Amino acid sequence: MDFQEKLHEFQQYIDAEEKIEPKDWMPEDYRTHNIRQISQHAHSEVIGMQPEGKWITRAPTLRAKKILLAKIQDEGGHGLYLYSAAETLGISRDEMIAQLHEGKAKYSSVFNYPTLNWADIGAIGWLVDGAAVTNQLSLRRTSFGPYSRAMLRICNEESFHQRQGYEIMLKMAKGSPEQHEMAQDALNRWWWPALMMFGPHDNQSSRTTKGMLWKIKRASNDELRQRFIDKTVPQAVFLGLKIPDPKLRWNEATGHYDTGEINWEEFNQVIHGDGPCNRERMAHHKNVHAEGAWVREAAAAYAARQE
Amino acid sequence: MNNTQGPVWEVFTQKKSGAPYQHAGSVHAFDKEMALENARDLYARRDKPSGLWVVPASEIVAVSPGDAAPFFDPSDDKVYRHPTFYEVPEGVQNL
Amino acid sequence: MIMDTQQALFQYCLRLGDTNLILGHRLSEMCSRGPMLEEDIALTNLALDHIGQAEVLLQYAGEVEGKGRSEDDLSYLRPVDEFRNWRLVEQPNTDFAYVIARQFMVDVYHCLLYQKLQKSNNEILAGMAGRFLKESIYHQRHSSAWVQRLGLGTAESHRRIQQAFNDLWKHTPEMLAAKPYEKKLIDYGIVPDPEELALDWTVQVIRVITQSGLRRPADSFVETYTAHTEHLGHLLAEMQYLQRSYPGAKW
Repeated sequence: MDFQEKLHEFQQYIDAEEKIEPKDWMPEDYRTHNIRQISQHAHSEVIGMQPEGKWITRAPTLRAKKILLAKIQDEGGHGLYLYSAAETLGISRDEMIAQLHEGKAKYSSVFNYPTLNWADIGAIGWLVDGAAVTNQLSLRRTSFGPYSRAMLRICNEESFHQRQGYEIMLKMAKGSPEQHEMAQDALNRWWWPALMMFGPHDNQSSRTTKGMLWKIKRASNDELRQRFIDKTVPQAVFLGLKIPDPKLRWNEATGHYDTGEINWEEFNQVIHGDGPCNRERMAHHKNVHAEGAWVREAAAAYAARQE
Repeated sequence: MNNTQGPVWEVFTQKKSGAPYQHAGSVHAFDKEMALENARDLYARRDKPSGLWVVPASEIVAVSPGDAAPFFDPSDDKVYRHPTFYEVPEGVQNL
Repeated sequence: MIMDTQQALFQYCLRLGDTNLILGHRLSEMCSRGPMLEEDIALTNLALDHIGQAEVLLQYAGEVEGKGRSEDDLSYLRPVDEFRNWRLVEQPNTDFAYVIARQFMVDVYHCLLYQKLQKSNNEILAGMAGRFLKESIYHQRHSSAWVQRLGLGTAESHRRIQQAFNDLWKHTPEMLAAKPYEKKLIDYGIVPDPEELALDWTVQVIRVITQSGLRRPADSFVETYTAHTEHLGHLLAEMQYLQRSYPGAKW
């Protein structure tokens, strides 16, 4: 069979909603597209531990501390599921970490924003996890088997993340005037970055077409973003908080909310490394990796000795 | 590139006693004990399984996808291996 | 000062509860700082277990005290000099070897303690101990495996874990010492005798240290004049920040 025939058969297989498994034949582009997307997703989970991690030691109750710890631990676990899924395509975790450190692999730019007050922990759970889940639910049907299975597991485990975030927002928004102010401040700062998580508009996104054709991506950026906005706006109303978008209004004709435009200049700036915390996040990851080297070497030496 | 994360281990969990072990995923670990503990923390964090296996991924032998068709096809046509192949006379029970 | 049994029990529960609380807090500082992602998750599990134990113990302490203080009141609204945790657990996460050495010494003690406390005449304490014991047995498995790996791993890991034991050793007499208020509780069969625990603890710890190619640290000058080191005040300033800054707010 020549390449075109194989490719045709591959496409038919995907169109029939069958899953591609690691050892199956696949075009090189499909492999690299998956490696890029899955590793970016894995890095996002791992880097995402940092902004929330800043508040573990300051969580205001024992219950809040436990919940936050368990949630961040889940994120680490989700990073591991995703690294494993990517590894089935022939890239090692070391290579992925190296790509992250060299800036060749990206992570979600939302994690380059700072967490400044306790309500930020609520806003991250509610908005950032809410946006992530919107995307992840659609990815359960992605065509690459290991990625799809990882997403199933992750979606099951994440269901409490958004709720815990909303619970914090509710307590803050309905709490003392100071707490309410913190909640509004957090919403003001996290709303737009959360919308940016869905990526550029469909007509600006070069990768969407192929990703959709191969069913790696199952819904377009704009589609997912709109879905998120439509379900989140009423939740903000319930909290008695104001979404920081003067152009936001319900459109009876379309059955969706109309919104103002995202600041794409800021988006590009953060993606290219000039967000508020890009350098801190990378420095933290690199330091921890370097500081852990002696431990990993010891474990390797000990294991070699056992054999 | 050198390996700083340790070898990959495949993890199998048993939901309850008597049930078959099922593949859950994989972990990195440098030794057997670490592999068991890492697997516990990752795949038994929520539900409490009754059993857990870890196997070095490099020790797993698999049929390569290219060979799968000729490897498995012959078992397809031996209908006499399946109980539904046989006719049970009316009135006979517990067979 | 003569204490009645309730007061003694309150002090006892505070000591166990605070020790778990402060150790859980130290471990929670390790989140996103593990030497590999798998171990990061393992350390968080330890943190969750210890904070969970603290919650139960401090809740009970509040009940025993009878002044209506909740576990959160006790955790977030007490000044540093009212904390009763072992000095060992407030020591910082200097490196992974310190984290492991500290954990291992606590785990051995907790296993021995909870085994005996399970048989306490106080049913509530006995019930808690039974639950905690399961967690601590696993913790000890985890930490003693790491003591071995580091002790027998590379020259650097050997040096670091030996250093950690040497530096932390001076806090162990405080942890092992019997407190005056325990006397009555021991007599009533409510808590085990710390002197017996101390003997067993030393034997077990030294055994693993030796098996890991390490030396028993030298017993050093025992400071008895402070309940805490400087570290605890900083830890609490961070931990209690929100509750202290916004008194009366509900979180």
